[in-house]
Amino acid sequence: METMSPVERVLRAVALTLVVVFFMFPIFWIFLMSFQTNETILAIPPSIVFSPTLSNYAALITGKLQTAAGTLDIAFMRNLGNSIFLSVASVAVALVLGVPAAYAFARHKFKGSEDIAFTLLSFRFAPPLLVLLPLTQYFQWLGLSNTYFGLIWVYQLICLPLILWIVRGYFEDISADVEYAYRIAGHSWFATFRKIALPLAGPGIAAAGLLAFIFAWNNFVFALVLASADKQPVTVGALAFVTSSGIQYGQIASAIVLSVTPTLALALYAQRYLVEGLSLGAVKG
Amino acid sequence: MNDTALLIKDVDKFYGPIDYGVHAVKKLNMDVKKGEIIALLGSSGCGKTSTLRMIAGFEAVSRGTISLSGREVQTFAPVRRNVAMAFEGYSLYPPLTVRENIAFALKASKLSQSVVDDKVAGIAKLLEIEDILGRYPSSISGGQQQRASLGRALIRDANLHLLDEPMGQLEPQLRAVLRGRIKHYIKERGLTAILVTHDQTEANALADRIAVMEGGVLQQFDTPQKIKERPANLFTGTFVGEPPMNVFEASVTGSDAKVSFGLKDGVRLEYPASDFSHAVRDALMKRQKVVLGIRPYSVRRSTDGVAGRVAVNQWLGDQTHIAADFAGGTMVLVEHDRTELAVGQPIGIRLDPSSLHVFDGDSGKAISHGEELA
Repeated sequence: METMSPVERVLRAVALTLVVVFFMFPIFWIFLMSFQTNETILAIPPSIVFSPTLSNYAALITGKLQTAAGTLDIAFMRNLGNSIFLSVASVAVALVLGVPAAYAFARHKFKGSEDIAFTLLSFRFAPPLLVLLPLTQYFQWLGLSNTYFGLIWVYQLICLPLILWIVRGYFEDISADVEYAYRIAGHSWFATFRKIALPLAGPGIAAAGLLAFIFAWNNFVFALVLASADKQPVTVGALAFVTSSGIQYGQIASAIVLSVTPTLALALYAQRYLVEGLSLGAVKG
Repeated sequence: MNDTALLIKDVDKFYGPIDYGVHAVKKLNMDVKKGEIIALLGSSGCGKTSTLRMIAGFEAVSRGTISLSGREVQTFAPVRRNVAMAFEGYSLYPPLTVRENIAFALKASKLSQSVVDDKVAGIAKLLEIEDILGRYPSSISGGQQQRASLGRALIRDANLHLLDEPMGQLEPQLRAVLRGRIKHYIKERGLTAILVTHDQTEANALADRIAVMEGGVLQQFDTPQKIKERPANLFTGTFVGEPPMNVFEASVTGSDAKVSFGLKDGVRLEYPASDFSHAVRDALMKRQKVVLGIRPYSVRRSTDGVAGRVAVNQWLGDQTHIAADFAGGTMVLVEHDRTELAVGQPIGIRLDPSSLHVFDGDSGKAISHGEELA
């Protein structure tokens, strides 16, 4: 690394701090909000000095929302469970289908392979609403409305192209000769795929999986239309906080904190692999 | 048939559709005996690596057959061919150390750990990589990676060892030392090896026979000496040999008493008919146009020779390279003494009939080498 002058170092630190503040402040503010009541949140001017309360979290976890108009049942914890289940299952299915497909696209050029790969990517071009209308009809005929199976299937529109295209790039970056060297030492192509290609593309697969997980987690419109309350994820479930007697900012904030936690934890954990993935590129040759 | 390790018969390779795609290897025929070292020599894109990959099983054979030890294998997966290969791009497994990379090749053979350790130590000593056995491929130089990759191939006990540019990244001194050791290693164990190279010194030093390829066509397949002394065509003649063979287009005329070659700028080379055998004379007379070839170290200076003019005179420390303007072209001479010749100085050039190669002017096929028919 080049040596930096002290001035450069300070400027760099200032720039980094600005970026971090810009991106982290909303999250920090929401975090503070989640420990406040609606009254302190809406107080003008806002203050960061308040007596923290856990009532928002208590309401979410017990499922009883106290409003001016009385007690409302909310299914937040169930939504959270749905989110986790739907995202994990969707990514798992997408990995099982997408990684071998990505390998095939990377290693075997066959007639129309580019067209098929592009078609799969094009699923991401269309606005989801365009797909949703006919899908609603089909799902009703097929009896897939309001089923986990149906939702996971639709989520493949989000996850599969992502995994396919990212992982394909990683496979293409692995020199085919490394695999040939393994095969010529007396291993089948499947063993080569498992023992050489998969581990070498591992960081890429992890990155793609993480990205797909975040996209699946953040999806709103598919679940809103295709599922009812008991199958909906948190993104849709958050609508419940917009009640007849006002918006429950405190609960929304704590719901956001709770729903961000799994993705955040996953991202922090996967960071290792992402960095590893970048440094592995240097070995190519 | 039993001592044939590899038999390539009428093999074609097309990239893309057969007969319409890129024709990389054209009707290749080759046989390699057990224990032989063969060099595939040619410039890049000549089809030598494609040939190697077809033998290994990484490229499909478009037409023809490849047999290993008498068994047709062109449809077999690489795993069933029992060949070892060193890749030009090294292709070491990044998560394994150099030691593990080399030992890895023996995994399928189910040898005991101590035997494997001994073998790895032996090959590491041979290739001078003992000190980096514990390192990872990403932390060693290209030359070290190449030697590790070579070790991984040589350690195996395979029917055939395929070495793709095995020493391209090594320093010249090390390359010279390793050439000798590797040849000895291969011969001692009776291994059969095919190496792909564009370095003719390497091919000459290592190979029992050299296959010269160009444009997907096998030009000549013979011993290094034969290739040098009796090149089958103009391509082999000019491709092999350093500095390259001097070539001049010429027309032939002759009588019972003499043979005469007419070169550009009115230069005539005349020889008594007795310098050539009867058969050569007959063959020469049938042609209008030929190409004369002579190696730079066979060209002599002589006061009664044909006039030339010095254009470049270089002393390389152990030999002199003189380039002279001659018959509308350039004639290169190599002399072993330091020669003080000024640029522009006239010299007499003598071309001994015994070192003259004559090629057909149209097809480039060799007609005669010295006084004998090709």
